[in-house]
Amino acid sequence: MSDLVVVRKQGLYCVPGQFYIDPWRPVERAVITHAHADHARGGHAHYLAAAAGAGILRARLGAIPLDAIPYGETVTHNGVRISLHPAGHVLGSAQVRLEYGGEVWVASGDYKVEEDGTCAPFEPVRCNTFITESTFGMPIYRWQAQAAIYAEINDWWRSNAAQGRASVLYCYSFGKAQRILHGVDASIGPIICHSAAEPLNKVYREAGVALPETLLVTAVSDKALLKQALVIAPPSAGNTPWIKRFGDYSDAFASGWMLVRGARRRRGVDRGFVLSDHADWPGLMQAIDASGAERVIVTHGQVPIMVRWLQQKGLEAGAFETEYGTEEARDEAPPGTAPANPAADDEQPVIATNTDA
Amino acid sequence: MREFGRLYAELDATTSTNRKLEALTSYFRSAPAADAAWAVYFLAGGKPRQAVPTKLLRASAVALAAIDDWLFDACYQAVGDLAETIALILPPPRHTSDLGLARWMHERIAPLRGADPAVVHAALAGFWDELAAGERFLLVKLIGGGFRVGVSKLLVTRALGTLAEVDSKLIAQRLMGWTDGGSLPTAAHFARLTSPKSEDEHAQRGGQPYPFFLAHPLQVAPEKFGEVLGDIGHWQAEWKYDGIRAQLVRRDGQCWLWSRGEELITERFPELATITLPEGCVIDGEVLIWKDAAPASFADLQKRIGRKTISAKLQAELPAVLMAYDLLEYEGKDLRTTPQAMRRQLLEQVVAATSCERLQLAPVLLAASWDALATLRESARQLGVEGMMLKSVEGGYGVGRTRDVGTWWKWKLDPYTVDAVLIYAQVGHGRRASLYTDYTFAVWDTDADGVRRLVPFTKAYSGLTDIEISRIDAIIRKTTIEKFGPVRSVKPSLVFEIGFEGIALSARHKAGVAVRFPRMLRIRDDKPVDQADTLDTLKGLLAGSV
Repeated sequence: MSDLVVVRKQGLYCVPGQFYIDPWRPVERAVITHAHADHARGGHAHYLAAAAGAGILRARLGAIPLDAIPYGETVTHNGVRISLHPAGHVLGSAQVRLEYGGEVWVASGDYKVEEDGTCAPFEPVRCNTFITESTFGMPIYRWQAQAAIYAEINDWWRSNAAQGRASVLYCYSFGKAQRILHGVDASIGPIICHSAAEPLNKVYREAGVALPETLLVTAVSDKALLKQALVIAPPSAGNTPWIKRFGDYSDAFASGWMLVRGARRRRGVDRGFVLSDHADWPGLMQAIDASGAERVIVTHGQVPIMVRWLQQKGLEAGAFETEYGTEEARDEAPPGTAPANPAADDEQPVIATNTDA
Repeated sequence: MREFGRLYAELDATTSTNRKLEALTSYFRSAPAADAAWAVYFLAGGKPRQAVPTKLLRASAVALAAIDDWLFDACYQAVGDLAETIALILPPPRHTSDLGLARWMHERIAPLRGADPAVVHAALAGFWDELAAGERFLLVKLIGGGFRVGVSKLLVTRALGTLAEVDSKLIAQRLMGWTDGGSLPTAAHFARLTSPKSEDEHAQRGGQPYPFFLAHPLQVAPEKFGEVLGDIGHWQAEWKYDGIRAQLVRRDGQCWLWSRGEELITERFPELATITLPEGCVIDGEVLIWKDAAPASFADLQKRIGRKTISAKLQAELPAVLMAYDLLEYEGKDLRTTPQAMRRQLLEQVVAATSCERLQLAPVLLAASWDALATLRESARQLGVEGMMLKSVEGGYGVGRTRDVGTWWKWKLDPYTVDAVLIYAQVGHGRRASLYTDYTFAVWDTDADGVRRLVPFTKAYSGLTDIEISRIDAIIRKTTIEKFGPVRSVKPSLVFEIGFEGIALSARHKAGVAVRFPRMLRIRDDKPVDQADTLDTLKGLLAGSV
């Protein structure tokens, strides 16, 4: 039987269904795994996505022609049964399950296996063929439990507040920012959010995710409060007048890439917190195992490494070349160039543009 | 180990000198003396011999992580540091350890040296299972002899000075010889290091040198010298020699020769150890190979540095001299607070009285004006020196790269330059891991058939900003022709201006020449690849060089 999903120049294509998954060029019919900009692009004629992510998609892409279905519900298109299942990556993120002629394929999009409280937790889906991401597909990447990371962030914030310094925490505005808000101890001090993250906070709150009170900096009249604050800002806010108002602040960056000392030092921040919305190496292996798939197709990330490792383990493994943001995205785009919309940028490897002292 | 690990993390995380100083002081205040002694040793640049061969460290980590060599290599390439790769790839620890740094060094690391590989493997497995990633990283660095942290020795002496409530210069003095491997650091050593100033400070000195006084680069145009430096009469000018900075110490009827890296190099230059200096005398100068009344190239000096035992033949072929330019101790008295001009007078007397051809006096360069001095500097290249030194005549001899008791300026010649083409790139290490930062450059050569081809002549790593590195990294990824492990060959598209300090014929290099201190001066976006310089241009520089 021929492959249910192939790569075309527009994106991953379901052949009998005649639709695309997260296409990177405008198409007639697109199934969207999640609303990060490299997966959810504008310009398609029809969108299908998880209902939990509809708010975010509309907030980012405007009034798109969108069919939103609950997790687990099946729709059929050209004889292909399509259902969406939680991927645990960000609010509304989904794995796409495709069933046709007795064959089941699952496209993971981006996923994380640890439950974080801001989105439906990752749910293993049995299949014959599993298309997996591989952003952190190297055994050096092993995350600590997030509680330990939040404790580190809290300690850092508390100690800064005690010294009268603001705590500027750079992170991506969609997903990571809300996860941090959900996880930190809001009793330490006020939380200020950059305007890139605030609209997304609103969507999360509307979806019923508990987030502590956040302030826009313009709403803070008592300047002394700034010195006690946790400031959530996108990486692109560094070195701007916006950030300078916080004076002698301490800065930190939250990303899986912060695990490696070189990446931390390139960033040039005081602290790096290892917090990722992607699966680490054990997480990837766990997900692949749980899918029960005999065939695995690896996309965006550490593709050759994962393919070779899985082949060694006796699986039929191959690769799809995609245009999703990854480590190798550096091959395409000049690194260090800040994305036009910082909120659009999912977890990209960290290339600092500031020189370290 | 945990406290030292915490100190390391604090020092590594910040670029603020004050915060580093706070971290050091608070560590030294609370650490047991025996642990603090080892910390001083490492922070001041001590490099113990490697206790376990890298190969064995790696093999143990691969086995414990239950992965393959190829996967370890891939991880190593992404991380850019072996110790960190090992620290990250191992399974999480199941135990903890409260053992102090000194006990780790004596009881655990020292016995590994030369032990049976199976014993080493079992020991490492146990150690790693007690340590979190940060401490594991440190342990591998300590075992492998590759410990390094962004702290200057000066900062360490300041922290210890604060702790001991003595002048940090005195600490620097006491710290001389701490890291040469002669003796292991102990609690008693640390107590002496941080004790109050005593009467017999000088007598305890033995063969120790003084902390070297270092020069600042002078980066103003000669027209501005008057404005910046004042009258030329306040300055003593000398040639800047391209040799090994060294102190020759004569005390208790014995001679010691110390390099700037505080390494004892007496045995490498036996002819200098036999210079009969008067008792209680320390000379600061430059070790040079001296041929035909002029300094030979650094390449010649390298032939001597590399050898532990020096044959009579080599000594005859490549005779060394000490080019003396300062006197730090005379008749057993520390002269460092004596003004330069007076030290110079005494130095001239000592050199004359010693009357030994292997001890030369660096000439003072006389010029009536800064302009005249600048003219004189033009002849530097012919003389085989790398520029001039300007020393404040009223100044004392300071500690390290400081300016509080007077300044030494180094006024180097402009580098040689050629425009060369980037043809290979390799990923960097540490902060530059997984970025292409190490480049190989080529110039054009025309072969017998008249075909022009690019001949590699040097590698260069430094000179670009982070933004430039990012840009070049992206171009390299886009123009890759082939990958060989961490190296990529690229389609020639980038021209760089490469600067270097010297050039010599070399049979070992494909281009037939070797350059010294090559670095990137700028990216020549304005220059097409076919207009880069030729090998003939490069070789043309040989004539003006030595």
